[in-house]
Amino acid sequence: MLILECPYCGVKADETELHPGGEAHLKRFGPESSDEEFEAYLFERKNRKGVHFERWRHVYGCGKWFHAARATDTLEVFGTYSAQTNAPPDDLIKKIKQKRPDFGGYE
Amino acid sequence: MSDPVCALNNAVFDGLVRLEETGPRGMVTLRGDLGAAAVLKSVQKAVKDATGLPVPAVRRIVLQKEYGAGWMSPDELLLMMPYDEAGRAVKAADKALKAVHSLVVNVSDARSVFRLSGAAAPEVLAKLAPVDFTAMAPDEIRRSRLAQVPAAFWRVGDDTYDVVAFRSVSSYVFELLKTAAAPGSGVGFY
Repeated sequence: MLILECPYCGVKADETELHPGGEAHLKRFGPESSDEEFEAYLFERKNRKGVHFERWRHVYGCGKWFHAARATDTLEVFGTYSAQTNAPPDDLIKKIKQKRPDFGGYE
Repeated sequence: MSDPVCALNNAVFDGLVRLEETGPRGMVTLRGDLGAAAVLKSVQKAVKDATGLPVPAVRRIVLQKEYGAGWMSPDELLLMMPYDEAGRAVKAADKALKAVHSLVVNVSDARSVFRLSGAAAPEVLAKLAPVDFTAMAPDEIRRSRLAQVPAAFWRVGDDTYDVVAFRSVSSYVFELLKTAAAPGSGVGFY
């Protein structure tokens, strides 16, 4: 069972209390971008085996969107953090690098 | 004015716990960014004027007699009062919040309230909600789900919990609670 701690209300929420929102930290390409950029923004996801940065919504709780870092191969959760950011917090990156020396960054 | 009636006409059930649909209750949703100092100051005045209570801490609920103030999210509070006072509470809160970006709405008729009393109350709720009751503080309000619908609950006293859900799913919630509280279905986990 996947349990994520909501950074807004502090509830350790079970997966069934949350709604997944896909990959985090996407850069939007909208009007004025090229077709290739727009296609990549819409369809191309990293989907690595290993550490994923994801968006989740605490839909049955406080209703807020937040970000989570977890490994898809072991289901280990490294941490959750506020959605009001463009990049994962440094201490979280450090923690992931410590546990996964081969981690190549979130981009 | 016509008399307010609750969705299930004060239904009652006796099983592992006693279930009651409590009568109509005044409920007001107050929205405003509680993290912004300038807004919080006005919210504090609004909650005081509407219920006489302080602003609750994160995930906490303050209760006094028929009044209550619960933390729903970083920008939402639930205020409770007797049903007839909701209109006055909205006016009082609106006045205090005039200068800040906020919203106050009387949602009394959009909700149903159920009371569970009995030692097995946490167990009955835990059958339906993904909540660890051993980790729940006595004055905590927990928003979660009961099976497939959103609900919030908190402890009102020893072995007594209040549950709020949307009025449109009242009968579903009551049937769920009845099933979870069916005589002989105790698990004895808590």
